[in-house]
Amino acid sequence: MKLKILKEGLWKNHPIFRQLLGMCPTLAVTTSSLNGLAMGLAVIFVLTFSSLVVSSIKRFVPQNVRIAVYTIIIATFVTIVDIFFRAFLPPISKALGPYVPLIIVNCIILGRCEAFASRNSVILSFFDALGMGLGFLWGLFVLGSIREILGKGTILGFKILPDFYTPMVIMVLPAGAFLVLGILAGIMNRLEK
Amino acid sequence: MRENKFWSVLVLTLISSICGFSLAWVFSLAKDKIEENQKKSIKRAVYNLCSDCEKIEERAIQGKIIYCLYDKKNNLIGYGFCSDGQGYQEKIKVFFVVDKDMKKLKGIEIIESKETPGLGARINEDFFKNQFKNLSIKLPIKCVKHKPSEGEIQAITSATISSKAVVNIVNEGIKELKNLLGK
Repeated sequence: MKLKILKEGLWKNHPIFRQLLGMCPTLAVTTSSLNGLAMGLAVIFVLTFSSLVVSSIKRFVPQNVRIAVYTIIIATFVTIVDIFFRAFLPPISKALGPYVPLIIVNCIILGRCEAFASRNSVILSFFDALGMGLGFLWGLFVLGSIREILGKGTILGFKILPDFYTPMVIMVLPAGAFLVLGILAGIMNRLEK
Repeated sequence: MRENKFWSVLVLTLISSICGFSLAWVFSLAKDKIEENQKKSIKRAVYNLCSDCEKIEERAIQGKIIYCLYDKKNNLIGYGFCSDGQGYQEKIKVFFVVDKDMKKLKGIEIIESKETPGLGARINEDFFKNQFKNLSIKLPIKCVKHKPSEGEIQAITSATISSKAVVNIVNEGIKELKNLLGK
């Protein structure tokens, strides 16, 4: 059961390529693999802790204020991540800029809190959040890596393509994000057919 | 689950206050580290903007820190100063360096900003910041929408508020710096 839930997020119900959720950070921050990685880790942290908290207090939260409560909880964890980045990883904080606070409105997190954590036990919610978070992480990393390799000829900042390769600048621009995302979502659909 | 109004208000209040207090606690833990990082980025900005600077001396006047810049022979070559003000969304913190007579700006660096990505956030890009290099500051800097002449900055397309905010912050900062140094 737990493994099945974990697999949902990692592959079958992949948040980016299958559910097409959280498109704003997906398209915007994946200009390099490192940015994708940092964003993915931040989302895993926020998603896991929000799900844990939401599923453990679900009994006390009245229906009519539940979304407000979820948003406050998510916002708290996001702000913690933001403070952590600013204190310990200033270059990443500068690169991700306003996208870290924007995790608050990332629909994957609110979506999982509403659709899963508020209806399931703490342990199951934990695995669901972890699966979705890891799925989001690898999605961002793959997207970021492809864009970085084609757009700059590097991966994680290391040069891997030979000098005669002319970087395709469009790949690090927004248009490249749409192209790569479309192609990857298409491949994913094909594989699942 | 209970469906009464009082209970809803109570839960919301309780959760908000718990979250608020825990954030305040986390922030107090990280505050020193964040300030240290800002100091580091200010130092880096100084060496970027003013390549002949060898030594930075911090001088506190009326609780404000002024960075006095010296060259190899220990001559004063300029001042650095941090100034902040309201941007489009959040406060923008700008660091700028002026020459020692305060006639020219040597350049600016955005230390902290949370402007709209793709629009206002472009104040962080070199094409905008470079306009401030060697700008005359005898008169306050103006923010214009056409091709800039002396003492003017061309605003970023569709980010006029952010561009104006930066110009105002720099102008205010220069005024303050002049007051503090008594010039």
